[in-house]
Amino acid sequence: MGSGTPMFRVRGLELSLPDFANKPPLGRAPMVDILKGLDFDIEAGSVLGIVGGSGSGKSTLGRTLIRLLEPTAGSIAFEGRDIGHLDEATLRPLRRRLQMIFQDPMSSLNPRRRVGAIIADPLRIHGLDRINARVDEALDHVGLPGSFRARYPHELSGGQRQRVGIARAIAMRPDFILADEIVSGLDVSSQAQVLNLLENLVRELGLTVAFISHDLSVIRRLCSQVLVLNRGTIVEYAPVERIFDAPEAQYTRELLDAIPLPDPDQPGW
Amino acid sequence: MRDGRGTVKRKAGLRLWLSGGWLAIVALLTLLAGWISPHDPLAQDLFAARLPPFWVDGAEPGFLLGTDSLGRDVLSRIIYGGRIALTVAVIAGLATAVIGSVLGLIAGYYRGWADAVISRLVDIWMAFPPVLFAILLIAVLGTGLWSIVIAIIVIDWTRFCRVVRAEAMNQSQMDYVSSAVVAGHVRAAILWREIGPNVLPTIVALLTLEMGIAVIVEAILSFVNLSISTDAPTWGGMIAEGRISIHQAWWVLVCPLIVLFLTVLAFSQFGEGLKDRFDPVLR
Repeated sequence: MGSGTPMFRVRGLELSLPDFANKPPLGRAPMVDILKGLDFDIEAGSVLGIVGGSGSGKSTLGRTLIRLLEPTAGSIAFEGRDIGHLDEATLRPLRRRLQMIFQDPMSSLNPRRRVGAIIADPLRIHGLDRINARVDEALDHVGLPGSFRARYPHELSGGQRQRVGIARAIAMRPDFILADEIVSGLDVSSQAQVLNLLENLVRELGLTVAFISHDLSVIRRLCSQVLVLNRGTIVEYAPVERIFDAPEAQYTRELLDAIPLPDPDQPGW
Repeated sequence: MRDGRGTVKRKAGLRLWLSGGWLAIVALLTLLAGWISPHDPLAQDLFAARLPPFWVDGAEPGFLLGTDSLGRDVLSRIIYGGRIALTVAVIAGLATAVIGSVLGLIAGYYRGWADAVISRLVDIWMAFPPVLFAILLIAVLGTGLWSIVIAIIVIDWTRFCRVVRAEAMNQSQMDYVSSAVVAGHVRAAILWREIGPNVLPTIVALLTLEMGIAVIVEAILSFVNLSISTDAPTWGGMIAEGRISIHQAWWVLVCPLIVLFLTVLAFSQFGEGLKDRFDPVLR
């Protein structure tokens, strides 16, 4: 693009969901405001980190961005076009370009389908050609052998499953990927591998990414911009260096303090 | 993220082979009843009444399981009775499964007003006492094979509907469903291609269970004489007749009872065995 329009321009984004826990016996459930008027942009080619504690609305924000949820108010302009209230049929051609990697790969990969089918299926829906070659290419990109096509998700390790999730997303050659807490379910060494992989893919494929995490140290490595979310409002939205060097909001400082630092008094193993 | 599922080897073989073997034998005997059964199941011979089975003194060769008080061959009647039992089990079981599962999938996946309508209907339906409901239905429809099949479908579709709805709701929460939306699937395709295969093992297990239940319901209805015509051989009818002469000829009651018991047991075990053997997640 480079025409000055950001890939995403979000203005006044609000989302409320019915709260069935507090529904009176008769009548409608009260609405809870999850997102309370958010404004931000995502530039093409950038990696936006979205941080916040649990319940801050970061996953909801992500899912609204790629229209798994419909906003209650406000606009989401994707390349200048408001996609906030498009219906599913109009949205479908856009789906190929907006992909998602999920937090829990065990849940996001259909347990009764083989890896090959899981990656190939979305390609088929969008009528892409050379499906076999694309599946191989995607598996190769994430460092899995082609023989994994015949496996079921439960036959893979956690890290391998998450790679399949990434392969499914990049096989579509999307422009934008939402990565929702993609390493929080993995052990530390798999975390590092998956993060390295994502970092390389972003560079290689020129992806734009929204990276949701509660862990600021992960954000620091990957992201160019950071959006700090608390109780459905943006408390800070700045380049990553500013967030780490000169955080303005009290909430950001609390998140930064929560990063465990190596203890200087201990021997450096 | 390894869990026990991959490492614990289940002994699926024996259960599947025993139950499947029994069902195969019963099915084969009833299909080939015309050639295999030693006697006409309706032929009476009062001079050969109440002959005991072959291992008891006084047995006649040719009447393996003895005869009843009218001199009809018990084995032949069990074989022909199996015909009715299996027909009812297969037709009523499949029809119940299809109707209940489709409604359950729709209610559990689409939710909203469809769920409200279907669930209320199930609640109301289940408040009727099932056996009375069946007897009432047959009183209206008249006796006959199709009346039994219809009665079983009408009573038991709710069982499928409830369980399948709950399972579909469960599966709908999984991220692979969101992932299918991201991929651009239409909703009906998600239900059919993504959720369907994950609910199928539940449906199969329920189906075999339902077939066993259908055998029992058919036996109950013929026990109270609401099945096919009175003299037609049915397991329930034989048990009812045997009850009268239990002190003189216990085998008239016991033989069909054992066959009935084994068949119902085999159906439920067959479902479990199939699940263990063919579900890729458990295998």
